[in-house]
Amino acid sequence: MSTVSMTHDLIVIGAGPAGMAAAASAAALGLKTVLLDEQARMGGQIYRNVQACDPKVAALLGPDYTHGTTLTDAVNRTRLEVRTGALIWDVAPDLTVTGLQDRQAFQIRAPQIIAATGAMERPSPVPGWTLPGVLNAGAAQIALKSGGVVPQGRIVLAGAGPLLLLVACQLLDAGADVVGVVETSPGHNRVRALRHLPAALAAWPYLAKGLRMMMRLRKSGILWFAQAQALEIQGADCAQALVFQAGGRTQRVDADCVLLHHGVIPNTQLSRLLRVDHRWDDRQLAWQVVTDTFGQTSRPGLRVAGDGAAIGGALAAEASGALAALGAAHQLGRLTDDDFATRARPLHRSLARHLAIRPFLDELYRPPTWIVQPADATIVCRCEEVTAGRVREMARLGCVGPNQTKFFSRCGMGPCQGRICGSTVTQVLAAELDKSPNEVGAYRIRAPLKPIPLGALSALAVPASAHGPSAPHCAPPNVEKE
Amino acid sequence: MFRKIDGLAARPAVSLFFEDRSILAQEGDTIAIALMNAGARAFRETPLSGAARGPLCLMGVCFDCLVEVDGTPNVQACMVAVRDGMRVRLQHGARRFEGGT
Repeated sequence: MSTVSMTHDLIVIGAGPAGMAAAASAAALGLKTVLLDEQARMGGQIYRNVQACDPKVAALLGPDYTHGTTLTDAVNRTRLEVRTGALIWDVAPDLTVTGLQDRQAFQIRAPQIIAATGAMERPSPVPGWTLPGVLNAGAAQIALKSGGVVPQGRIVLAGAGPLLLLVACQLLDAGADVVGVVETSPGHNRVRALRHLPAALAAWPYLAKGLRMMMRLRKSGILWFAQAQALEIQGADCAQALVFQAGGRTQRVDADCVLLHHGVIPNTQLSRLLRVDHRWDDRQLAWQVVTDTFGQTSRPGLRVAGDGAAIGGALAAEASGALAALGAAHQLGRLTDDDFATRARPLHRSLARHLAIRPFLDELYRPPTWIVQPADATIVCRCEEVTAGRVREMARLGCVGPNQTKFFSRCGMGPCQGRICGSTVTQVLAAELDKSPNEVGAYRIRAPLKPIPLGALSALAVPASAHGPSAPHCAPPNVEKE
Repeated sequence: MFRKIDGLAARPAVSLFFEDRSILAQEGDTIAIALMNAGARAFRETPLSGAARGPLCLMGVCFDCLVEVDGTPNVQACMVAVRDGMRVRLQHGARRFEGGT
């Protein structure tokens, strides 16, 4: 019952690699497109601040980072409408998009939406991870990109994944006091990864970069531990040391800053809001959005591209965004079938090339079980301070899914709206109930996607004029089967 | 808990208030980066146990960097850029609804 008339052909949400590629491609095809992002500048997290980055920082981050300017340039070359600083807090079933920019509410609508909301770091719930001074490794990289800053004092990085190694190298290059890297990948990961190595050779630049990073770190002389277990951050009011098991004994590394990382997972808040189909991926240990190769979800008109659908990395996201734009243009009748097929072919090839490394990386850096199934005493929901043990206890008392445990314990009900604990709670419940994550399900997400001032809500509630704003979409009350 | 790396070009200075003291940041910094450069580690206390929390993700996901900006509570410090004269306060305990905007 929306009264918002169509304002655009295509709305792209998120200005990372997928979103920028999608918007630039769509605009080039003549679609009236708007590109929205909550941050002050385009780039997403991977290319954060790439247009305004200090030359020294840009040099330090290297060509994989500055590649982002090819996308920001592509967007700037088109007459594309770009709205930065725009927080999207609702997308209605009729695809009306409601947001907040400069404290003003706005509503726009298009027959096609491409959500390119990207990835977030997989939570690393270990004892002490709530202490100030413990950050995700990606956060340190974001601080470097956006502010040219590094953590003060001794830094230890712990976890598994290419980003862990990359951030360690970049911090060393930036002159930070990196004292050690503690890898948590179990030994059997290597064996399992090995059978995917032949396929990964097709994406050899990724392998070469990985080897370069390993050599750089080994040569630096910092502490290096492999196959570490039972990570714990100790400290009174803030992080003071990382304690863990490695090499058959207890190790302790004193540090002022602990950076954790166990890979990245899709940020599915927006696709969950729109109730599209998701499926649990056992290899990436994460939810993925079910889409075709043009990003089309189970809701007509809504496409999801890039890491927001499934983790493939920045270059795969770029191809995926361009493919979603082609899909949108074709759906709107702006591309002939032949033109559509011709343009899609090289993009599909590029996507396949960049995805070739994934099975190898996913197996090599598969997080250890104790990260996705934390010990009873470990906090999983940081907002409401709910432990894994409490979630298990509720499962034994009869809760069959995350929405029930949320109802009874407030787990996932705090300001982050379950973004951080969601995937952990699903996996803990699945194990405890001896079900698959698909059966257990995920949090039901409702608008507003982020806390907004009441004034922003009431500004939309004025009686609608002929083409005035519609009342914001409100999800039905919390009555649901689990 | 952050420091600038050496040899960067200076960006225009921005002056803001952190609690009641005046701090300097640089144009384009987020509030979170500005506060961490000024030595902040903990940003808030949890409503439940009062445990201290600082930013985890710096990308708008964890909500552990919530601060009060010019009287508006629950602002994600990592998502908002500093402005001259901005008044930032740390949050203690649960938010209360006090009317106004």
